[in-house]
Amino acid sequence: MTTTHGPAGSPAAAPKLEKRPSPVRKLNRAADERFHTQRALRENLNKVFPDHWSFMIGEIALYSFIILILTGIYLTLFFDPSNTEVIYNGSYVPLKGVEMSRAYASTLDISFDIRAGLVFRQIHHWAALLFVASIMVHLFRVFFTGAYRKPREINWLIGVGLLVMGIFEGFAGYSLPDDLLSGTGLRIASSIAQSIPVAGTWASFLLFDGEWPGMNFLPRLYVAHILLIPGLLLALVGAHLGILWYQKHTDFPGPGKTEDNVIGHRVFPVFAVKSGGFFMMVFAMLALLGGLAQINPIWVFGPYDPSKVSSASQPDFYIGFLDGSTRLMPPWEFRGLGHTVAAVFWPTVILPGILFTLLALWPWLEAKFTGDRESHNLLQRPREAPTRTAIGAMSISFYLVLLISGGNDVIAKTFSISLNAMTWAGRVGLIIVPPIAYKATKVICIALNKRDHDIAHHGIETGIIRQLPTGEFVEDHRPKPDPVPDYPLVPTHRFELPAPGHGNGDGHAKGGITTRARKAVTGFFTEEKTESGEEPVGGPRH
Amino acid sequence: MSDMTASTGNENDMAAPTGPADEAAAVTASTDVTEAAEVSDVAGAVEMAEASDVTEVAEPEAGPTEPEAQAEDAEKPEAAASAPPTGVRGRLVTRTSRRSRGPASARRRRRSSTLVLSLALMATGVLWSVLAPSGSAADSTDNAAVKAGRALYVQGCSTCHGLNAAGTVSGPSLIGVGSAAVDFQVSTGRMPLAHPGAQAERKDPSYSETQIDQLAAYIQTLGGGTTTPEISKDDLADADLTYGGELYRANCAQCHQSAGAGAPLTYGKYAPALTNATPEQIVEAMRVGPESMPVFGSGQIDDEGAKAIAAYIIMNRDTPSPGGHKLGSYGPVPEGLLGWLIGIGGLLGVCLWIGARQKV
Repeated sequence: MTTTHGPAGSPAAAPKLEKRPSPVRKLNRAADERFHTQRALRENLNKVFPDHWSFMIGEIALYSFIILILTGIYLTLFFDPSNTEVIYNGSYVPLKGVEMSRAYASTLDISFDIRAGLVFRQIHHWAALLFVASIMVHLFRVFFTGAYRKPREINWLIGVGLLVMGIFEGFAGYSLPDDLLSGTGLRIASSIAQSIPVAGTWASFLLFDGEWPGMNFLPRLYVAHILLIPGLLLALVGAHLGILWYQKHTDFPGPGKTEDNVIGHRVFPVFAVKSGGFFMMVFAMLALLGGLAQINPIWVFGPYDPSKVSSASQPDFYIGFLDGSTRLMPPWEFRGLGHTVAAVFWPTVILPGILFTLLALWPWLEAKFTGDRESHNLLQRPREAPTRTAIGAMSISFYLVLLISGGNDVIAKTFSISLNAMTWAGRVGLIIVPPIAYKATKVICIALNKRDHDIAHHGIETGIIRQLPTGEFVEDHRPKPDPVPDYPLVPTHRFELPAPGHGNGDGHAKGGITTRARKAVTGFFTEEKTESGEEPVGGPRH
Repeated sequence: MSDMTASTGNENDMAAPTGPADEAAAVTASTDVTEAAEVSDVAGAVEMAEASDVTEVAEPEAGPTEPEAQAEDAEKPEAAASAPPTGVRGRLVTRTSRRSRGPASARRRRRSSTLVLSLALMATGVLWSVLAPSGSAADSTDNAAVKAGRALYVQGCSTCHGLNAAGTVSGPSLIGVGSAAVDFQVSTGRMPLAHPGAQAERKDPSYSETQIDQLAAYIQTLGGGTTTPEISKDDLADADLTYGGELYRANCAQCHQSAGAGAPLTYGKYAPALTNATPEQIVEAMRVGPESMPVFGSGQIDDEGAKAIAAYIIMNRDTPSPGGHKLGSYGPVPEGLLGWLIGIGGLLGVCLWIGARQKV
């Protein structure tokens, strides 16, 4: 044992190079002595993560989720999910004396009478928007780089589940305050449920506890919003991260990077510091939005009343594409066989059903079409898979047409366009824009590939024209420089521990678990100092 | 029987306010001034006659009463026969006869009604001759305003609305629209029209306030109509915001959106944003129903309610929002846009910053 052991209050005359054990180290040792945590801790803290900006997008979702939980806990302390009618007598004068549900009244109280209630509400709502939005951007990254390919199909599936659950969770939260906007949204949700042939009425009655609006509905929705779906989300997030941890992160190809290694920074300290800082940045962004930009001002909308509706009633953006598909759908109602299939059934049940099924099955579909059943740990650049990239661009353009159509009334008013023109533009656009996007993306990808190919063969154009003695003009090309490693010599696995005279300390040492663990704890913190921790060293794993 | 009397009294109360309305309708319908005066006389007389009914009906209480319906059936032909040729008069007389309770009383009533009617006619005639000249003398400034308004009208409006405001193919008739409509259209800059389109747009008014008043005064003389409302600051301050908010959400938010941000209607028409509307313009719009907007008459929303709505709109618009920037008050659409552009866009910037490759 090389660790210096001295009493906490040892005199200042201690030798220069010796260290007093810090409280952290003492705690670490105590934990290890009891639970043998050291090995797992060391392995995981030494885990290497590749370094690319696009790999941090998923973290936005994770951190938004953490902030959602924190702010949500605060809101549950004051929110009362009850349909009971009360007469409002709070601080907001223009609603004084109005009959409303306790849910709406308590949301008003949170907004006007609870300390910091409004800013917490707004941060919560902004975090919900950013949660779903960042999941979508993360999905784009994973899709366009082919990160979902074998062996990561299951994690893709879990990610799709997280997206769907996030949408449901967001819609439940949007619906809880029982204001005019959320009530309108729920009314539409109940209509959608009723539009399902045969089972629709039962589904709606089951969901809303009888006729719309059921008296027990809000408590039910509340349970789903604060317990069931968050629990499910937590479990899925855990599985998502656990699988990521176990399967290791993918990386772009580059010098020294192979299918069998991971090159980057270890979790501790670089990755941890970066991620911790990033969490703070996400929190700061949400606090800025929540503090400066008003979101969901329920006091303007008023309490829900089935007889009232405001124009420009929209869902939050993640439902917007369904609103758009409903707006674009012609009023085609099918009657026959003793049943009526309402027009709303196709754009709100069938369409998302198809879209999300295709999304979930994509890794297997692609494997089937391409015949590629290999495992891949290296990513592809979008241009390297033109068809996939084109399909992705086509899907995004399809989604965007729907999303824009979901807000077509606001757009029509803002830009003084006829609403009918917007609707028809959406209908036509939905059919012609995606193929154009597909074709254009594919052409661009192939052209980029060709340019890469040309540069690889002929070098980079210099713009210098020379005339040869024969009179011929030629342009000088300089050879493409070799790719520079984008990392200093980075360990792909944890490096040898400098524990002089005590083996390498990473499990190869002889002795029982306790011995090894004690050996491990010996140098754990000192090793970071001696190896100047932030500067990763080592070589690629064989 | 006493409750019958009471009901008669009630009917009277209800009938009394309809007198001026009938008169207004008649005036609108006819352009002949003398005829209008005559009809107004009749209306006044009927009011008096009806007022006397209460005492008349009280008299035969002791006598045998018959069902009212039967009495009416018996009376109607006679009443129709004795009705004067003008439609207005006939209607009024029929209404008087409905109040009778039996044949005997009806005959007596008819006699006394005729007497009272002729007396009232004479009295009104006398009053008219006495009051009318003095009235016009007092309204000399009004007359000047009307003249000035007429001049402005001929110069700026008659191209489309016609020299006599009777309308042309390119503009509707303005007879009977009232000064409220003129004030609304001109003070919001919708008239004169900037360009033909689905709907007139709000712009800076082309006329001064005085000129607008003169125009309004002139149009008001062409068959009356809804007059410009007067709303004081106190009215707005005293208005019941809760009531105004309830009315707004029930009647206005469908088109103008809950925060008054406006929304599109079909084929380029739209419910405008209420961001620049004055309280007067709001009430005028409710009363006259410009363009696609329905008329909200005083039977639907009384003056107090109209003022409360105006006060609510102004409050909603001008009070600083507690949660920060309003984002155009449109709710989820701008919120989503901001979330993507600033939220996601900003955080992707942070990703690029944190994930920037270090120099080797």
